[in-house]
Amino acid sequence: MHRIDCPWCGVRDESEFQYQGDATVSRPKFKASEEAFFRYAYVRENPRGWHTEWWHHVGGCRQWVKVVRNTLTHEIHVTGTPADKLAHPRKVKSP
Amino acid sequence: MHYSALSLLWQGLKGHKGWGRMWRDPEPKSEYDIIIIGGGGHGLATAYYLAKEHGLKNIAVVEKGYIGGGNVGRNTTIIRSNYMLSPNTHFYEKSMQLWEGLEREFNFNAMVSQRGIINLYHSDAQRDAFARRGNAMRLAGIDAELLSPEELKERVPILDFDNARFPIEGGLCQPRGGTVRHDAVPWGYARGADSRGVDIIQNCEVTNIRIEGGRAVGIDTNRGFIGARKIGMAVAGHTSHIAAMAGIELPVESHVLQAFVSEGIKPLLDTVVTFGAGHFYVSQSDKGGLVFGGDLDGYNSYAQRGNLPMMGHVMAGGMAIMPSIGRIRMLRQWGGIMDMSFDGSPFICKTGIDGLYLNGGWCYGGFKATPASGWCFAHTIARDEPHALNAGFTIDRFKQGRMIDEKGVGPNPWIQ
Ligand SMILES: Cc1cc2nc3c(=O)[nH]c(=O)nc-3n(C[C@H](O)[C@H](O)[C@H](O)COP(=O)(O)OP(=O)(O)OC[C@H]3O[C@@H](n4cnc5c(N)ncnc54)[C@H](O)[C@@H]3O)c2cc1C
Ligand SMILES: [Zn+2]
Repeated sequence: MHRIDCPWCGVRDESEFQYQGDATVSRPKFKASEEAFFRYAYVRENPRGWHTEWWHHVGGCRQWVKVVRNTLTHEIHVTGTPADKLAHPRKVKSP
Repeated sequence: MHYSALSLLWQGLKGHKGWGRMWRDPEPKSEYDIIIIGGGGHGLATAYYLAKEHGLKNIAVVEKGYIGGGNVGRNTTIIRSNYMLSPNTHFYEKSMQLWEGLEREFNFNAMVSQRGIINLYHSDAQRDAFARRGNAMRLAGIDAELLSPEELKERVPILDFDNARFPIEGGLCQPRGGTVRHDAVPWGYARGADSRGVDIIQNCEVTNIRIEGGRAVGIDTNRGFIGARKIGMAVAGHTSHIAAMAGIELPVESHVLQAFVSEGIKPLLDTVVTFGAGHFYVSQSDKGGLVFGGDLDGYNSYAQRGNLPMMGHVMAGGMAIMPSIGRIRMLRQWGGIMDMSFDGSPFICKTGIDGLYLNGGWCYGGFKATPASGWCFAHTIARDEPHALNAGFTIDRFKQGRMIDEKGVGPNPWIQ
């Protein structure tokens, strides 16, 4: 069970949240190239290790929470609001 | 050694001490004509068909763990060809036809059991959608039958036909669908490939793909460099990781899917039932255990284990449709890593790099595809061009707007 620290509600169970994917991609400007839109819609790094991602607190405050989580261990390093710039842990743990 | 009733009898008389290895354990050579990365079902089937259908020699399959340790030994063993979109319809039907002759062909008992698969529907709209899919299947020459509630009651009496939330209005049945003993599939293909000269190299992890002048020339592994003229990638859940070694970016995310097995019980269910609306599907193994599963856990993961919320959700789905299983105890549970593509359909194609080929994006449905995937991938590698059956399964389809989105849910791999 992931336990996610919502900046608004505190630590809550994963089952209150809906996963919303990679938080490092952002919608290109309207006039951006087709390539930019293609990458936005389809290309993902899909890392083994630290991943910055969205969890929608749909069963709580309904805010979007940014989470840095390890895809190999499911460990959560840090959470924040959408505007927060969250860093990955400096030393990547090799589990 | 040819397996037969006679060889079984003979070995029985000798106390079963004379069975040889099923495949050799060779040291890697310094160079091969073709290397397949990944010794799962797809990699081994590819090597088998390269040797058998194309007469090629000097082939290796390199596997970082042991044969059968990946998804090929983790799935819920369902085979079917009940798709609607034509690239999928024809491809999966090819696979079904290969399953039908496979055991005889590679002389190994994979317990292919065509016990039928039934998708339940609960509303008029869902019935119409299922009828449409069934018609698409029949137009392609595939068996499909729409079952009325009465027919369904006869066929699967243990379902809850008095369910207020999801009233069962009927089901779409593919009689030729069913189950296969999953472990036997890589074993049978490995044995068949090995006997045709393919080297199967276990405990050999690929750490880099070497590319020189736009051409793949070999792989770095924990057992040293191995040269190759052609390289096929078939690593399922690790597709992004291996493709990144060659600088290829993919519309793929890795997600965990769980499977569950109950204690053995007397015969209860003689077909496969899927309750899509409740995220639950089930069959009964020959040992008597109910084998069931549901949806992805729903977050990127390489951890090969699932979490409690999805476990509870799957059990609730089971209880909703088959309340009689409530007192059965759970015996086993595990997870596997799915390479979820962004339209739910696979890749069997060339890449932008000469001599490098991609097989992946199998999502949670790649077990049934194993024979056709190997067959088509072997064709693509041997001829350096796709077969008509896999011509649509390219990486470029996303850029060209030719997605094969069977579910119609768009680029959200965790709900595909
Ligand atoms: C719980 C669960 C239920 C499923 N149910 C079904 C079902 O009912 N029906 C169905 O059709 N499909 C099902 N699937 C999907 C199916 O199992 C997979 O799509 C399919 O097995 C993937 O192909 P594979 O057999 O080649 O994969 P794998 O067996 O995973 O083979 C890939 C191999 O590549 C190896 N590898 C990875 N990286 C490297 C490297 N760097 N170097 C060397 N080797 C490497 C891995 O160790 C692995 O052995 C299910 C999957 C799961 C997890
Ligand atoms: Zn909250």
